[in-house]
Amino acid sequence: MRKIPDNRAWWLVLPVLLLVAFSALVPLMTVVNYSVQDIFGPGNAYYVGTEWFGDVLRDERLQASLLRQFGFSGAVLAIEIPLGIGIALMMPRQGMRASLCLILLAIPLLIPWNVVGTIWQIFARGDIGLFGWGLNQLGFNYNYTGDPVDAWLTVLLMDVWHWTPLVALLCYSGLRAIPEAFYQAAEIDRASRWAVFRYIQLPRLKNVLVIAVLLRFMDSFMIYTEPFVLTGGGPGSSTTFLSQTLTTMAVGQFDLGRAAAFSLVYFLIVLLVSWLFFTAITHMDKERQE
Amino acid sequence: MAEITLTAMAHSYHKNPQGPEDYAIRQLDHVWEKGGAYALLGPSGCGKSTMLNIISGLLAPSEGQVLFDGKPVNHLSPRERNIAQVFQFPVVYDSMTVFDNLAFPLRNSGVPKARIRERVVEIAQVLELEPLLKRKARNLSADEKQKVSMGRGLVREDVSAILFDEPLTVIDPQLKWRLRRKLKQIHEQFDITMIYVTHDQLEASTFADRIAVMYEGRIVQFGTPTELFENPNHTFVGFFIGSPGMNLLPVTRYEGGVQCGEVRFPLPPGLLARLDGSDNLKLGIRPEFLQVVAPGPDASPATVEDVEDLGTYQIVTVRLADQAIKVRLPEDQAVTQGQILHLHFPEQWVKVYRDEYLVEDSP
Repeated sequence: MRKIPDNRAWWLVLPVLLLVAFSALVPLMTVVNYSVQDIFGPGNAYYVGTEWFGDVLRDERLQASLLRQFGFSGAVLAIEIPLGIGIALMMPRQGMRASLCLILLAIPLLIPWNVVGTIWQIFARGDIGLFGWGLNQLGFNYNYTGDPVDAWLTVLLMDVWHWTPLVALLCYSGLRAIPEAFYQAAEIDRASRWAVFRYIQLPRLKNVLVIAVLLRFMDSFMIYTEPFVLTGGGPGSSTTFLSQTLTTMAVGQFDLGRAAAFSLVYFLIVLLVSWLFFTAITHMDKERQE
Repeated sequence: MAEITLTAMAHSYHKNPQGPEDYAIRQLDHVWEKGGAYALLGPSGCGKSTMLNIISGLLAPSEGQVLFDGKPVNHLSPRERNIAQVFQFPVVYDSMTVFDNLAFPLRNSGVPKARIRERVVEIAQVLELEPLLKRKARNLSADEKQKVSMGRGLVREDVSAILFDEPLTVIDPQLKWRLRRKLKQIHEQFDITMIYVTHDQLEASTFADRIAVMYEGRIVQFGTPTELFENPNHTFVGFFIGSPGMNLLPVTRYEGGVQCGEVRFPLPPGLLARLDGSDNLKLGIRPEFLQVVAPGPDASPATVEDVEDLGTYQIVTVRLADQAIKVRLPEDQAVTQGQILHLHFPEQWVKVYRDEYLVEDSP
């Protein structure tokens, strides 16, 4: 069949193009535009090239914040992924109790972020919060507003409480999709509980785990509201994560050029790490096969 | 290897079974002897898979006992019973290679590494899986997967029994026949108790020494393929075994025997006495045993309604006393529709059923 050239079909692509342009390209390019200029006011801007980028990358405050951020996201993944899998494995398969577990798990996910921060701010207080008061009564000297370690642990605990249910729900749905025949075959093949997990459940959880890891990485790497409400980034700057640093820079100090350059670096880091995770997990099997 | 005994065993999937129709398996006693090759034959839903799962321990029977070599195993898991089972649809561990799949049951049982290798290669040879050993199981075709699945059942040497639940359903006919022969060989070579569930009589009789025919949750007959063919114990066995199945004619009593319409079948008095008190009487004869003879006192005239030519023989449907009867005739006998055939019912092949069960003359 001969191809009939008819370029009018391109018009059909236009709506999507417009949508993407306004939702992603234009805002992003605005940021790119800011990042290469020094802006003193409307109509009073100077082109500065890559100066902001160099500036941002050398900034010790940002470096510390970035390090803190990686530490936080790493800890979040290291705790929430195994814990989520564990909870999913322990959940009942069907019946009333399964529904009850699902509802209980879903509750933290439904609470708005700043409310989560407020809940924990009160919950962890040494004087009136059940958690903080309880710890102090048990003899721990716990004070999240004064002690950087306590503050860190509280932020981490809050995130685990808030987001582990997401991992658990994803894994639970993955586990439910495994046909009963696999468990029967494993039982016949005398597989131990660990072998069942390692060779039947884990391989079939791979796809949902890719989603869980990516979501949890991206979300935790961009965390802002909860620690901002809970600790305000303190004590000192011990719980000041990247997006809070960025906000302070852009909104507080109105340092638009630096903030824009920093935003782009931030965006690239999230993109790069997500890509690394995705590639690593999806290629794990292929490599072993060669 | 073990002798498997079922005593007063029954199973219902209902919590509180009300009547016999609530039972997937009605109460039965049965012995599967050590080292036998058995088939469990029956239509879908007759309880044969339930029976298999009860023997393997995937399911606990709601009543009665399962004994291995005389020891009750009701509450032992399949792992403790040391039993192998192959399922209808292939189950492979798809993140592992074919080799690892086959080695999996052995590794779980703590078999030494060198022995695992030997054994896996041995079974792979039997099942023609050798070239695939290094492949990932997920990339196999359906029948390769089923062979791997079967291999996992066959690879263990010390099992009490190997159970097959219609294992060849997804396999194409050519390979099916070869695999059935293979299983038979493996049985002869290793002398393991094997129970093979199927709904295909040909499959059952090529594999098994003895066949248990199941119908509505009961084992209605347990015997060699010849016994099932020549002396069906239940109308269902007559109907289910053979193609086409046995002709079953509803009959009524007269003083010297039974009759179907005007056609009379005299019976010995001993047998006749056993028919008292029931009006569900049937007479059965296989299409293979009906004879076409010259007109005479021993022959009943019947009209040919349909002729089916099956290449090596023909199946003729005739109408006799308002019943459709199938007769198997040699290919060279010319029969046309509307023709009158004179049928002879050889006495030794005429079976009488009372309430669906065979009644025999007392010796």
